[in-house]
Formats: sequence, C-alpha cells, structure tokens
Amino acid sequence: MNSLWSITLATLAKDIRLEWRSKDALNAMLFFSLLVVVIFSFSFDPLAEESRHIVGGLIWVAFLFAAVVALNQTWARELRNQVLDAYRISPAPANALFLAKAMGNFIFVGLLEALMTPLFIVFYNLRALGPAWQLIPVAVLGTWALVVNGTFFAAMSVRTRSRELMLPLLLFPISIPAVLGMVQATTAILTGEESARFWIVLLLTYDVVFTTACLALFGAILHAE
Amino acid sequence: MKRAFPILAVLTVVFVAYGFYLGLFVAPTERTMGEVQRIFYFHAPSGWTAFWLFFVNLIASVVYLIRRNLKADALAVAAAEVGVVFCTVVLVTGPLWARPVWGIWWTWDLRLTSTLVLWLIYVSYLMLRRFSGSAQTPVLAAVLAIFGALDVPLVYFSIWFFRTQHPQPVIGNGGSLDPSMRPAFWTNVAAFSCYGALLCWARYRVELMHRNVEEAYALESLLDEGSSSGADTRPAYRGSPQ
Repeated sequence: MNSLWSITLATLAKDIRLEWRSKDALNAMLFFSLLVVVIFSFSFDPLAEESRHIVGGLIWVAFLFAAVVALNQTWARELRNQVLDAYRISPAPANALFLAKAMGNFIFVGLLEALMTPLFIVFYNLRALGPAWQLIPVAVLGTWALVVNGTFFAAMSVRTRSRELMLPLLLFPISIPAVLGMVQATTAILTGEESARFWIVLLLTYDVVFTTACLALFGAILHAE
Repeated sequence: MKRAFPILAVLTVVFVAYGFYLGLFVAPTERTMGEVQRIFYFHAPSGWTAFWLFFVNLIASVVYLIRRNLKADALAVAAAEVGVVFCTVVLVTGPLWARPVWGIWWTWDLRLTSTLVLWLIYVSYLMLRRFSGSAQTPVLAAVLAIFGALDVPLVYFSIWFFRTQHPQPVIGNGGSLDPSMRPAFWTNVAAFSCYGALLCWARYRVELMHRNVEEAYALESLLDEGSSSGADTRPAYRGSPQ
C-alpha cells in the first residue's frame, strides 16, 4: 500500500512538472473552452433569465470536449521512448500509474474549470437562484466522473489505429449518465426550481462504480498484448 | 452440435412464417390504434432478442477475460453485431408506430432514450473492434463490454427521472395485452429469438473460420520467409503494416 502511494505521487509529480513546463494541454483546453463560450453566445440570447436554463449544458459540454484534449495527451506522452513498455516490465503496480494519471487529469481539468467559471459568469450574467455551494460537489464529482473513465479509455484508445479519434467515441456513450447528472444538477442549482440531490447521488454512484471498475480492469488493459 | 444448426434454421423459418401469419392476419385489429399496432408483434420481440444478445455478449466477454478463450471472444463479436442489428430494428420500428399513434416520431422518454444509449454503447464497442490492432482487440473489447453493462443501470436510473411517455409494459404483472393477441405475440418472441440465435450462431462460425484462415495465412508467410525463396512467391496477404 505504501509503495502504491509513493509511486502514484512520484508519477503525479512528474506529470505535473511536465505540464507546468510545457503547458500544452492547459493552454489548448483554455483556448478551446473560451471559443465555445464565444460561439455559443450567438446561438441564444445571453441574458440572465434564459442563460440560466441553458448554461448548465453549455458549460459541461465545453469542459467535456476540452477535457478530451488533456486526456489524449495522457498516454501519448508515454509512448515516446517506449516509456509505457518500460512501465509494463517494471514491478510497479499498474494501478499506481492509473491513479497518478487520473489524479493529474483531475487537477488539469479542475484548474481549467476554476479559470473558466468566472468567464462563464461574466459573459452569461449568471447568478444562482438555488444553493450555490452545491456546485462544488457537483464540479468535483462530475470532473472525477469524466476524468476517471477518460483516463481509462485513453489507455485503450492509445492502442488503436486512430488514437485521438477513438477516445471520444468510447468515452461519450459511457459518460451519458454522468453528463446528464452534471447538466441537470447545475441547471437545478442555477434555476433554483428543484433539488439537485438526486443528481449528486447519481454522480457519486457513477464515480464509485467506475473507479472500482477502472482499478479492477486497468491491469488487463496495460498488459494486453 | 453441427446437426443442430439446420434444425434451428428450419425451426426459425417455421416460427417466423407462422408468427408473420398470426401477427398480420389472425390477431384482431386494435380498437384505438388500428392496423399500425401490428408492428408491435415485431418491435417488442426484436427488443427482447437484442437484449438477450447483449447479455450473451457480456457473459462471453467475462468468460474471455477469465479464461482467455478465443472462442468466447468470437461469440462476443457475433452477439454484439447481431444485437446491434436487432436494436436498430427496434429503433426504426418504434418511430414508425409512434408517428400515427403519438403524433411524433420520437420523444426523449425513459425507454426510448435508454435503448438509444444502449445502441450507442454497442456501436462504440463495434467501432473499437474495428479500429484496434488485432492482438489486443479481444481484451480491450471485453473490458469495454463490462463497462457498458455497468453503465446500463445508471443510464436507466438517470433517464428514469424524466417523464415516461412509452406505453407501460403490457407483459408480466398487471399486463393489459388482450388474450386474443397473445398467440401472435409469443409466437413472434419465439420466432425472433430463434432468428437471433441462428444469425448469431452463423456469424460465430464465420468469425471462427475467418480467424482460422488468417492464422493459416500468417503461418504461411512465416514459413515463406523462413525458406527465403524470394518475395514473389509469397501470398498476396501480408498482414498489417506493423
């Protein structure tokens, strides 16, 4: 257990250092979601009343598509110089690698959300009519839901012929309940018309189920030959 | 076992023909919906067939992950492919019925949406099989099948929160299917189940044959390389560029 955590933290620190030096994924994600904010503002009247009902979907679609950028980078980076093969031979537990990657992506996507949310608030004149603090658990659980399966499916799609194309095709269908939960919870909180509790519980269940599944099956994916 | 295949084929033809006759000519016309209700005799049995084929896919995937038995993997491919076909039939016949009865082609209610999501998951499964390199495909696909199966209850519960417009199930407890319609319905369930099993079995045999042929080609090209008799004598099949 102890070695699992130390390896996880070492890999995570390496990934964060790499990203900090290049800032490739973060810059691409930020610019991409900024574009989404601007382009979607043409499709409806961005006034407070109307945007409250729409922005829940909009914001998560922007984050979902932007997250794919970071997720695709996750394993592609390890293919250079056969790092992934080296990892496969090493006695380090496979789940340490997976957890480090998932936590790294969680940090990157979380950072993106923290930077983009103020922009959404300004551009769409948002003010929550429901309990705004509930947006924090929704964001945490929702981001983990995207990232845990995203990291897993990125490890799968990196083995296929058209890697970058494959990830969204695998990730989006499986993520439908999570996306529905995030969007509905955010809308419920922003409009204050109904309780977001069901959706938060759904997101929590989704996270528990798929984190367990990922940890149980990641070894099989990493060692698939 | 091989003798069972023609028997199943004959059984399928008999059942499908009899079910068609019962559904279109014998079963009474529904009072409010009229003739269009008869599509139900093909819509619901197709759905049932699709669901059990997806279930076969899940079982075969789990067996493959545990035993690493390639026959289980071939069965998983066959079940998924045929299941997607039957699921497509469900998704096409549904709107055909809905348009005259509900006045709309499609509505985002519980059953429709979850069936559509199930279809999407299995299409992504087939795409993964298509796009990935040959050696690791079975493992990746089996893992994806398990993820899909875990997703189904979550999909169902999340969409359950929306209002349901689909007619409530008419089979089982509190069913309201008129007794005079039952023979047509159950005959068609049997017919479509046999048909699905037959297609799945045929596809499974083709898949096994296909793999044997590929293996033979690979072996042959290896032997040719070993004898170093020049590139021209090699068969046209060269495998993947890697």
